[in-house]
Amino acid sequence: MYVEWQGFTEGSWTREINVRDFIQKNYNPYEGNAEFLADATARTHQLWHQVSELMKLEREKGVLDVDTKVPTSITAHDAGYIDRELEQIVGVQTDKPLKRAIMPYGGIRVVKAGLEAYGYKLDPQTEEVFTKYRKTHNDGVFDGYTSEMRKARKSGVITGLPDAYGRGRIIGDYRRVALYGVDRLIDDKKNQKESLELDMMDEDTIRLREELSEQIRALFELKEMATKYGFDIGRPAMTAKEAVQWLYFGYLGAVKEQNGAAMSLGRVSTFLDVYFERDLHNGVATESELQELIDHFVMKLRMVRFLRTPDYNDLFSGDPTWVTEAIAGMSADGRTLVTKTSYRFLHTLSNLGAAPEPNLTVLWSEHLPENFKQFCAKISSDTSSIQYENDDLMRPTYGDDYAIACCVSVMRIGKQMQFFGARVNLAKTLLYAINGGKDEKSGDQVAPNFAPITAEYLDYQEVNERLQQMMGWLAKAYINTLNVIHYMHDKYCYERIEMALHDRDVYRTMACGIAGLSVVTDSLSAIKYAKVKVIRNEQGLAVDYETEGEYPKYGNNDDRVDNIAIDLVARFMNEIRKHPTYRGAVPTQSVLTITSNVVYGKKTGNTPDGRRAGEPFAPGANPMHGRDSCGAIASLSSVAKLPYSDCQDGISNTFSIMPMALGRQDSDRTNNLVGLLDGYFHDGGHHINVNAIERSTLLDAMEHPENYPQLTIRVSGYAVNFIKLTREQQWDVIKRTFHERV
Amino acid sequence: MSGIGRIHSIETFGTVDGPGIRFIVFTQGCPLRCLYCHNPDCRSAHDGKEVSVDYLMEEIKKCKSFIRKGGVTVSGGEPLMQPEFTKEIFSRCHELGLHTALDTSGYCALEVAQPVLENTDLVLLDIKSYIPELYYKVTNVSIEPTLAMAKYLSDISKPVWIRFVLVPHLTDNLTNINQLADFVSTLKNVERLEVLPFHKMGEYKWEQLGLPYALKELPPAPPELVQQTVNIFRDRGINALGAVGI
Repeated sequence: MYVEWQGFTEGSWTREINVRDFIQKNYNPYEGNAEFLADATARTHQLWHQVSELMKLEREKGVLDVDTKVPTSITAHDAGYIDRELEQIVGVQTDKPLKRAIMPYGGIRVVKAGLEAYGYKLDPQTEEVFTKYRKTHNDGVFDGYTSEMRKARKSGVITGLPDAYGRGRIIGDYRRVALYGVDRLIDDKKNQKESLELDMMDEDTIRLREELSEQIRALFELKEMATKYGFDIGRPAMTAKEAVQWLYFGYLGAVKEQNGAAMSLGRVSTFLDVYFERDLHNGVATESELQELIDHFVMKLRMVRFLRTPDYNDLFSGDPTWVTEAIAGMSADGRTLVTKTSYRFLHTLSNLGAAPEPNLTVLWSEHLPENFKQFCAKISSDTSSIQYENDDLMRPTYGDDYAIACCVSVMRIGKQMQFFGARVNLAKTLLYAINGGKDEKSGDQVAPNFAPITAEYLDYQEVNERLQQMMGWLAKAYINTLNVIHYMHDKYCYERIEMALHDRDVYRTMACGIAGLSVVTDSLSAIKYAKVKVIRNEQGLAVDYETEGEYPKYGNNDDRVDNIAIDLVARFMNEIRKHPTYRGAVPTQSVLTITSNVVYGKKTGNTPDGRRAGEPFAPGANPMHGRDSCGAIASLSSVAKLPYSDCQDGISNTFSIMPMALGRQDSDRTNNLVGLLDGYFHDGGHHINVNAIERSTLLDAMEHPENYPQLTIRVSGYAVNFIKLTREQQWDVIKRTFHERV
Repeated sequence: MSGIGRIHSIETFGTVDGPGIRFIVFTQGCPLRCLYCHNPDCRSAHDGKEVSVDYLMEEIKKCKSFIRKGGVTVSGGEPLMQPEFTKEIFSRCHELGLHTALDTSGYCALEVAQPVLENTDLVLLDIKSYIPELYYKVTNVSIEPTLAMAKYLSDISKPVWIRFVLVPHLTDNLTNINQLADFVSTLKNVERLEVLPFHKMGEYKWEQLGLPYALKELPPAPPELVQQTVNIFRDRGINALGAVGI
């Protein structure tokens, strides 16, 4: 028993690495209201002012500063500060706030392009090292890619792949650093390595032993990094302040080492609350001081930066880092996991103003305390910065200590990781099915030349059969591509510190995804219920469609078409399940686009639902813009029908509503938003972004961005500063269905 | 066999016609001819579409998860022009455990309304004015049935929300408002009084229907006027609130 653990209830967590058990034995559920919360302190105001000024400068320049020479690592840079006198939680990614680092292990080309886009030049010596002496993930992948994979990638039928940068979507259990201290974690890892001194040294064992050795090195480096800031994190954290600091150091190590697509934080608030309650109980901290810790911690999370290229920004706009923090949910024993610190995290949106990061994610259960539900709804309508995910849907499978990676991907903390697989373009796949594998834009033979459809009018059964065949090919090409990517990522760009904060044997998923679900659904509905005539060009390629008659559209709670969507996700998932995966990962699927729905749309020709070539898809699982004409509930109900069992990596829905349409008074609006969330999740919905905002505000922000530095809106799966979106994406957001009623 | 009625439309996410999230049935047909009517397309008893109560109940059931804490509102038009239909919707909602609200002008014979009211949990009673001449000017009908309805609802202790549309230069004179407030304060069952500021968002519908819109020149009710009116009601102990939009 460490002295740092005094006052905690013992359990199996004292004998083994088991953070969940610690939480369960020690946390205090909170069912009260928000009145206890403290405002921002003077120090917080001053510090946030300084950070805001830096961010303003950064917006003007694109990037504030970047180290063009030193490849980043946990220990590559000296300690850096914003203002040592003010900041209660310390540590930045490099030696200066908002100064970006280069992370060449993912790929040197991306680093170079990223630097050049902002007027910087890669240090020649560093470039030489990573072209001549040290191979990168990106090089490895292209050594492994087949010609089929290259073609599918180029045409955009498979896209957004993490083959040139870090795959991300791995969440270290950063709480372990605070609870156990790094020394204990190193001992544990040494034991794990020793447990693998086996008679039969096969490839899996050898790889795992090498990985464990890397993990141990990374843990030593983490200690060294903390020493630069004057802390010994070898021992457990003693106080609330140390717990936040230790935990943040764990996370900081990860974002110093990896430029992951999404670098989520996990589920830390209720864990930290145990320390906060202990300090309050011992009379060594005040509410104001505790709120200050969270405010300063969150400030740091808002400052995580990666050097990325402009074409990355086209896909995932607004410089996102997906520092996702999962809040609330219920315990397996029926107690709520809401604590005062759940409130304190959400309260940062009031104390510091709205912001897209950290990506605050409330795990909603119908059993959450009513007070907390009301509080969330209030903050949501004020800031449009929260996303919600269905705890009642996930908890039965994933237990009560899971977090969300990126936007909607569930994983048990420290026990599970995923191989991020971006997504395939299902709308393009339908067009390939009609055109016998030829790309509708280039005319190139991308998929195998299956027989094209030659009839003048599309026949539902024939289209479905061809689509099945094409999905079968796509699933095979897709899984094979992901296998190459993740083999190479493990080899050249392994997440040392993140995996050091996992158990020895982790559960892996191969996280596939689809884009364009509503386009394909409505297209098939048009073919089934109306008449769709094909228009072909001189080469016989189907390039446009004319629809005669009416047909039901997805998003109106009409089973005739909603069943098509259900069928589509199940069919593609079943195709994915047929193929063996790297490291035996369990395949899953998401219906999530983030902002890439704009780029996918741009790359896709006319579709049989009447969507014109180049027009954006709907984001995630949303109905197409303006086609959900039966009101908010009908729209939500259609999305809620999609089966989570076939989309275990998440189903994203972005919901925008005029504040007035939620009710006449503040209390009505809050109550009705709670009712909406309860209803949607009761019916099996998985995820929802809530934007309560006037369209006119967004239009004004497009014209006068300087007046809206913190205007935040939810897009598919994350939040962005509206003014950081490209103009095209801003229009896409504005054109989406805003539920309003007069 | 389920009844048949004539409706204008349904709304699955009603948030301003009764407490909580509400499924709203807009019935077709109204005896009033309000100058500011924002649903003139609901007036004629012959337009709209025929639907069965069975059909409506299926649609309502689809929304049940969302309206558990809200309920179902029948609005219009004037629901009491189709008393059998409205009553059947409400009694079947009660079988499902759903709260029912009736949005009415009260322009209806009491004995016709009674069976409906037996199945109604809340009445949203629109009193368009209090001075009889002014009421007639605004609605083209007499105020008497509405007042009789208001008193009856008070006598049987049926929960009521009173709604009053504030139209500048038409219903905003102080005598009218003071007298209405005096009357409402004699009722024992009023949970809430909503002052709804006049807006012109229904104007386009008049144009579509080719009807002359008498209030073209009137401005929307400014917030100060709404607050001032709300205060007149509050001074008499009435739980009044000013709303945005109708």
